[in-house]
Amino acid sequence: MNTQLGQLSPVAIAFFLAFIGVTLAITYWAARQSKTTAQFYAAGGGISGFQNGLALAGDFMSAASFLGIAGLVATGGYDGLIYSVGYLVGWPVVMFLIAEPLRNLGKYTFADVVAYRLRQKPIKTMAAIGSIVTVIFYLTAQMVGAGTLIKLMFNLEYETALIAVGFLMIAYVLFGGMLATTWVQIIKAVLLIGGATLLTVLVMNRFGWSYGNLFSAVRALPNGANLLDPGQYKVATSPLDLVSLSVGLMFGTAGLPHILMRFYTVPDARAARKSVFVATGFIGFFYILTFTIGYGAAVLVAPQYLAKPAPGTPGFGNNMAAPLLAEILGGGPFLGFLSAVAFATILAVVAGLTLAGASALSHDIYAGVIKGGQSDEKTEVRVAKMATIGLGIVAVLMGLLFKTVNVAFMVGLAFAVAASANFPALLMSILWKKFTTQGAVASMAVGLFSAVLLIVLSPTVWTDVFHFTSTPPVPMKNPALISMSLAFLTGWIVSLVTRDIEAEERFEEQMVRSYLGADKATIASH
Amino acid sequence: MNNSPDPVEIVRDPEFQNLARRKNSLSLTLSLLMFGAYFGFIALLAYAPDILRARAGAATLGIPIGIGVIIFAWILTGIYVKWANGAYDAMVARVRGVRGNRQ
Repeated sequence: MNTQLGQLSPVAIAFFLAFIGVTLAITYWAARQSKTTAQFYAAGGGISGFQNGLALAGDFMSAASFLGIAGLVATGGYDGLIYSVGYLVGWPVVMFLIAEPLRNLGKYTFADVVAYRLRQKPIKTMAAIGSIVTVIFYLTAQMVGAGTLIKLMFNLEYETALIAVGFLMIAYVLFGGMLATTWVQIIKAVLLIGGATLLTVLVMNRFGWSYGNLFSAVRALPNGANLLDPGQYKVATSPLDLVSLSVGLMFGTAGLPHILMRFYTVPDARAARKSVFVATGFIGFFYILTFTIGYGAAVLVAPQYLAKPAPGTPGFGNNMAAPLLAEILGGGPFLGFLSAVAFATILAVVAGLTLAGASALSHDIYAGVIKGGQSDEKTEVRVAKMATIGLGIVAVLMGLLFKTVNVAFMVGLAFAVAASANFPALLMSILWKKFTTQGAVASMAVGLFSAVLLIVLSPTVWTDVFHFTSTPPVPMKNPALISMSLAFLTGWIVSLVTRDIEAEERFEEQMVRSYLGADKATIASH
Repeated sequence: MNNSPDPVEIVRDPEFQNLARRKNSLSLTLSLLMFGAYFGFIALLAYAPDILRARAGAATLGIPIGIGVIIFAWILTGIYVKWANGAYDAMVARVRGVRGNRQ
């Protein structure tokens, strides 16, 4: 097979320019409606439940989950499905435990909820640190992925690709705020689901519209039995490590700041619920597609093309399974279309992440901590915009710095930190009357610190990044089981030995608002 | 009472307590069902993979079960939304209406 992958195709460029043109036009339109803090952080609360559902799906389906999971299925088989299931089951948790209290109690960030009846300054400082660390790990993984992908697909220099991504992402967020970011997510979600559906249709058409035929063809491959064998996972070092991975995937979603922030863009709890249902449906459907695409690629794409890229070999790495399959089934134009979609996907996810990071800096740190909640609206938006530029630059620098490092672990780390630093304190602050400021700060600090420390001492960093020859001190690759348990335990114990009378007295008020929602007037002036 | 009803009083209201109890019990039940399905699946994968290795047509049993967990998650969120956007919102409207026209 002769592939056009890595050559600049006119179709890819045309689709790509069309995407940039449309999204920049939306940004220009949104710029006039991104002046106040409510508009900049939350699109004025005017996004509908269905739109927000698509945008949540857009925020969540990164290029890593499209190309990465399809590639993982193509070369590792069942491993890909472990990730798909784990990423999806976080959504019901968000729905049943987090979405409504978050919508009813907070204003723009999840730190608002944790700080609702606890002391603002220590809580917001610690929650903002948790948010920013999560965002930076996630952002770095996306940027390195972006540079590598764009280099492979468009044959652009890695550095040029990063700077292009950085500029576009800053432009969306800086000028268009949450409104433009939301529409970029929606367009990207539609394109990505549309592209993946089309590719799946072509795969199923090739196999006579029968999964039986597809799996028979997989089984007939030299490594076919392994690809279909659930017990051959390489994503964890032991059964316990697999459980730890699954804990991190499930509860990480409920602690991702850029996901949690989206619940403030809808008018009420009712729309928030609907948006989770819509997002769960689209994301679940999308994972079933990527799984089909992955097995299709295992059969139809010659294995040497999926091998790690090395000079003198035809390998592109398993991330290119879906694009290569697209070219086989739909020719050069379809490859061009999917390449443009992958680029759009990366742009949308980094924009969402940057906005969440900037909000933690401006709303939590600047307005909440430095100004004690008394900030001037215009200044706060200006701080948010400066933070956007700053984070954009940090993202590009991190991408350059970690260029040669395998960053797959960074997404796992982002999920582990979100599940350990952010989720336990958020849940306890909603549910537990006797939760104290000290308990919350200690829980967030222990969750954050233990997740990062455990991963540094694990094989993923100790051996694969630092190249130490000694046995890694922690045998598990996935820290969430331990770090999340520690965070809950710390929050519980510290709250038992401390007392926060004011927080206890305000619990009924929080409860009423959490169940019944705030008055519209109160939300507006709060 | 029109300005700011006492939250302690609302929390003691039997109607509010009923609403909170029903919501908590549904959230808890659905969460436990989700945890059971997902961690049951992961526990099989980790500690008894032979069950998932069993043949199901050309595929293995693990494949329909994994996809089944995804579909199950979606059904559970659907059940919750249907209840919350119907019966629960009606209860909320009633409590808010009684409590001094809080709109």
